[in-house]
Amino acid sequence: MKYLAKDESKCIQCGNCEEVCSKTYFKINDRAKSCIQINERDGNPEINVCDQCGECIDICPVMAISRDKLGVVRINKKICVGCFMCVGFCSKLSMRQHDEYIEPFKCISCGLCAKQCPSEAIFMAEKDDSEALELQLDKVFSK
Amino acid sequence: MDIRKLKENHKLLKEYKYELGKVDKGYANRTLYVNISNNTIKEKPVTDFMKDKFVGGKGFGMWYLWNAVTPTTRWNEPENEIVIAGGPVCGITQYAGTGKSLVCSLSPLTDIPIDSNVGGYFGPLLKFAGFDALEIQGKAEKDIIVYIDGNTGVVTIEEAPLEAIDGHVLGEQLTEMYADNEADKRNVAVVTAGTGAEHTRFGLLNFTFYDPRRKVTRLKQAGRGGIGTVFRDKKLKALIIKFSNVKGDLNNAFDQAIINKTGIKYHKEIHDLDSKQNNMRKIGTANIIEVMDAYDLLPVMNYQYGMHPDTQKIKSTVFIEKYITQGVQDGCWYGCSMACAKAADGFELKTGPYKGHKVTVDGPEYENAAGLGSNCGIFDPEGILELNFYCDTYGIDTISFGTATAFAMECYERGIINKEITCGMELNFGNFEAAVELLHQMSRGEGFGVTVGQGIHKMKKLFAEKYGADPDFLFDIGMEQKGLEYSEYMPKESLAQQGGYGLTNKGPQHDEAWLIFMDMVNNQIPTFEDKAEALHYFPMFRTWFGLYGLCKLPWNDIVPADNKYTSEPAKVPEHVQNYLDVVYGVTGKKLSVLDMIKESERVYNFQRIFNIRMGKGLRANDKIPYRSMGPVTAEEYESRKERYDKQLAEKIGYDPEDKTIEEKMAVMREYREDQYEKLTDAVYKRRGWNSNGVPTLEHLKYLGIDFPEVVEIVKDLQ
Repeated sequence: MKYLAKDESKCIQCGNCEEVCSKTYFKINDRAKSCIQINERDGNPEINVCDQCGECIDICPVMAISRDKLGVVRINKKICVGCFMCVGFCSKLSMRQHDEYIEPFKCISCGLCAKQCPSEAIFMAEKDDSEALELQLDKVFSK
Repeated sequence: MDIRKLKENHKLLKEYKYELGKVDKGYANRTLYVNISNNTIKEKPVTDFMKDKFVGGKGFGMWYLWNAVTPTTRWNEPENEIVIAGGPVCGITQYAGTGKSLVCSLSPLTDIPIDSNVGGYFGPLLKFAGFDALEIQGKAEKDIIVYIDGNTGVVTIEEAPLEAIDGHVLGEQLTEMYADNEADKRNVAVVTAGTGAEHTRFGLLNFTFYDPRRKVTRLKQAGRGGIGTVFRDKKLKALIIKFSNVKGDLNNAFDQAIINKTGIKYHKEIHDLDSKQNNMRKIGTANIIEVMDAYDLLPVMNYQYGMHPDTQKIKSTVFIEKYITQGVQDGCWYGCSMACAKAADGFELKTGPYKGHKVTVDGPEYENAAGLGSNCGIFDPEGILELNFYCDTYGIDTISFGTATAFAMECYERGIINKEITCGMELNFGNFEAAVELLHQMSRGEGFGVTVGQGIHKMKKLFAEKYGADPDFLFDIGMEQKGLEYSEYMPKESLAQQGGYGLTNKGPQHDEAWLIFMDMVNNQIPTFEDKAEALHYFPMFRTWFGLYGLCKLPWNDIVPADNKYTSEPAKVPEHVQNYLDVVYGVTGKKLSVLDMIKESERVYNFQRIFNIRMGKGLRANDKIPYRSMGPVTAEEYESRKERYDKQLAEKIGYDPEDKTIEEKMAVMREYREDQYEKLTDAVYKRRGWNSNGVPTLEHLKYLGIDFPEVVEIVKDLQ
């Protein structure tokens, strides 16, 4: 599956990634509306972004979250009911929410931020499908 | 059966078109009134008076019911209503447990108002379709359905002769019929009863929600008090609502951001703490089966005992490991991260008309496991699931069924009734086949099942009058009060819980007060005054959920990590604040805890006076069977001899040495009954009631519900 990989030791906290993300998806430079967020912990940079684990898929009551052909976890905003359980249940705290919108948002591995990163702290990568955390419903209900 | 054929046989009796509305700060500001005697459909305004005095939900239900009936109206008369109402918070999706409907009616069991809360999608969709409440009055001549199309603004009353009556079949049929396609099924919600509701007094209502993962119509129950019986007596087959495009902001909240913030904080808490606390996401309320047993609180064999070695066969982990599907989102409304609506999938039925069918069983909840299981001496998980399934689809309350069957079993074992009376059935404790056959008889309307289905109150009368049983003994062991069967906790050793059951409006149901742990396990309320304060605060606090369309479980089944360090852990202060924040977010109303309690007190006292108006609601009606207070029989005393002897010596100052069991039991009984009376005095005083349990005029004035018609009922009882 395609995901945005990171090497936090290379991050210089320039904020380019946050800017390109929020501008692309919300037409504004506002880090609160960016899927990727650069924070600091114990004086070191921390890059918070979805790793496409898919834990949120089983949380959604209306199955608005699913994995696409490339393995990217995406939200169907048309059927999302805005409960934000996926936000509260994301172990990595990478599902985003902003009060101007009634649906959550997340990184969809578009890679635009990686292109803007001057230090190669973030980059597109692939990982094995076996790392996907969601249930296989066919198997669960085949018993 | 072919869905098209079912629909083709519908006969339209009435069509009513209405303007679609917009919810404003939690209120649709309209009620839909449907009279099925004369096929009248109309809209009623929800007034500021109603909102100020009754808030919504159960408050609206009680108010409409009060205006619909007279003191002589009985449950099966056309004037009786079924009112379904959510409440201003109902329908938000960001906080757990916000899709509840409150259903009110005059009960066939108690002849007084009953209120029963239920999940499923009907309540929220009703509001989004334009109505805060649905008021149904009258009686139809033939089986009918009422359909509300919240997308186009049309309400119809239709004869529906061919559809099934049992809940799980009818729910599927109507969901299929009214949904445009698979994805649309979650936009349809159905209310049904079942065949058992036609022949018993404890019929329930099933409220559906469509589960897109299981591709099954799930059932949640408005279980208590026989509202399903009223429903079928009105010849209602189903209520159906359709509303598409549910979003998270349809309540048009005063401040959505506060709701989002509070909801996400709560979701995180569940994510982090559920597996460390109660496992609600794994097994729901059934997590406490073995806990109740460990504390001697699990009702065993008609509440004779509080624990049993075989409980390990039905403990929560058995259901988790073998039956309940894990890891699937199980909320009964969107946004419920507590997700306690568990289900056993692919369960093959062994008996009855659906024998051999593989079904999804909604449950077991704790009450089902205890009522259908231990209380009837049935320590068999598959037996419990089978009884659970048939109760639901037949539209029969698991609690009343369990408690009534346990009573009948004890009567059988004691020879009060015999095989001739039970129509050949060996009704011993532990006999699953007999219990499930009773249930099938209730569905078919035949045999001893119909007798048990009349409830304990009626059985006691019958057994005494017709079969010569000792009425006093039946009063002692028949676990009902006001006509309603006890729910499934053994209150003998907790005086506060005896009050929690006995000093209720609707009858002994734990949703008004559940104080066993505070009282017995943690000893937090030792004095009468402490207990009275708890029996004021908690029933009022719990009533409040029903005014707003909320579920109580997210309040205290999982608590913040630091809750134990707060000044009053039993109240879960942080969660109380969450609710005040959510109400502010939805309605713009800034409430204090005192305001919250006062809102409930209005409705609670109004309901008390409604009871008085219907001929109950006084001190005499708050008397409880001795089985709920102490050992009725020598076997019960013997089973806890050490405890009881110690209490006689230490609490009563009575030396148990060289005394007969009868002597000791008599002294114990006198003491415990006196304790209950003293508790009653203290609670009435704290609630603003006189010694006869009547709200004082002064208290009604303080609450602002001293309306002339209310004062009229109580003025001569001051």
